[in-house]
Amino acid sequence: MSFEPKIVAFLCNWCAYAGADLAGTSRLQYPANIVPIRVMCSGRVDPEFILEAFRKGADGVFIGGCHPGDCHYVSGNYKARKRVEMMKKLLKEMGINPRRLRLEWVSATEGQKFADVVSQFVEEIKELGPSPWREKK
Amino acid sequence: MEGKEMKKIAMYWGAGCGGCDVSLLSLHEKILDLLEEAEIVFWPCAMDFKYEDLEKMKDGSIDIAFYNGAIRTEEDEEIAKLLRKKSKILVAYGSCATEGCVIGLANLYSREEIFNTVYLKNETTKNEDGIIPSSNDLHLPEFLPHLKTLEQVVKVDAFIPGCPPPKPVLENALEALLQGKTEFGKSVALCDECPRKNSKPEKIEINKFYRWHEKEDNGDCFLAQGIICMGPATRAGCEAECISANIPCTGCMGAVPKVREQGISMLSALASILGDMDEEKEKEIIESLQDVVGTFYKYATAKLLPEGRLKDES
Repeated sequence: MSFEPKIVAFLCNWCAYAGADLAGTSRLQYPANIVPIRVMCSGRVDPEFILEAFRKGADGVFIGGCHPGDCHYVSGNYKARKRVEMMKKLLKEMGINPRRLRLEWVSATEGQKFADVVSQFVEEIKELGPSPWREKK
Repeated sequence: MEGKEMKKIAMYWGAGCGGCDVSLLSLHEKILDLLEEAEIVFWPCAMDFKYEDLEKMKDGSIDIAFYNGAIRTEEDEEIAKLLRKKSKILVAYGSCATEGCVIGLANLYSREEIFNTVYLKNETTKNEDGIIPSSNDLHLPEFLPHLKTLEQVVKVDAFIPGCPPPKPVLENALEALLQGKTEFGKSVALCDECPRKNSKPEKIEINKFYRWHEKEDNGDCFLAQGIICMGPATRAGCEAECISANIPCTGCMGAVPKVREQGISMLSALASILGDMDEEKEKEIIESLQDVVGTFYKYATAKLLPEGRLKDES
């Protein structure tokens, strides 16, 4: 059987989640490997959530937020960007490929972009194979 | 003490530096008060006891057993299990037993890598015949593949944090334990009792990280100076011993109760106080952070990576 990755996606309420919704209502196709979790802002995504997702066996973590300058709460997406960058460094030192963590800006009108980046990410994770943490379980 | 029932206490050292054993003496004259209420039935570091003395004791006959040091060898594990059986309350004493401490950083490397470094490749090592001690030719306990905390091996009733537990933490813990309480200590972050707390600005903004020898200390809050201080994510109780000596906190007291991960909380906090800058500059400054695991998980790598460093193939 081919490897079907499990990907946890944290989507901000104002942009990325609306973008995902638009992808749905526009009937755009994208792989069903992502488990979306709606958060109020990408700045709400505590690095602990990311670590916990990997610990529980996620093969990848996707974070979708508003474009720079567009955050509903002014600076949440900038905080997310800094945290993700630091998190990638931590993951690397722990022995997890930092490519398993991805931050993308998706606005409410970018249904097509959402479908595209998710498809791309799923392909990338398929290439990387199962997460080493998942293997330990 | 006639007519008064003495509590039986035991102290054992697993893989540690011995600092925890010494820290008991930092109680100074208070140790005399302790000895009025308790008698020591087992303490290999300080008195002449053999393992068979411990084996002969009745199960559950020790009131409070303190285990300091982590579990690195079969021997550490065996005694941990034995002490668990023999005691009513088993206490993880100090950072090693509680969360693995500095020696837990060994979990970033395999057993082979550790042996190679220690016995063959170290600059100060002269070992021309390439001899690595093993249990085949010597009677040695097996070196486990990964370092474990006490809780990863047996059930633990109470934890005394600190590397080693500072005097105020220890006094407080012993007093509670002698009354049969297993929860004690402060539940706020170190900043609360920091002598530099008044110099913390309303909003901290970091635009460059400094290691603490790279900058002349102006006496203000370390984070405000761009020096990483684990204070905001670390449990209070030590009365900021290190900061009082002008050294930033490295987090030996572990997480504030109810917080699961000290390291990642600090990582998150630190990311939040980075100043506004463009993406390039941001990457550069984050890239300048040396040794992320060693900074944020200096004392808890054994908890972060209980089975060692992960291996992602590609």
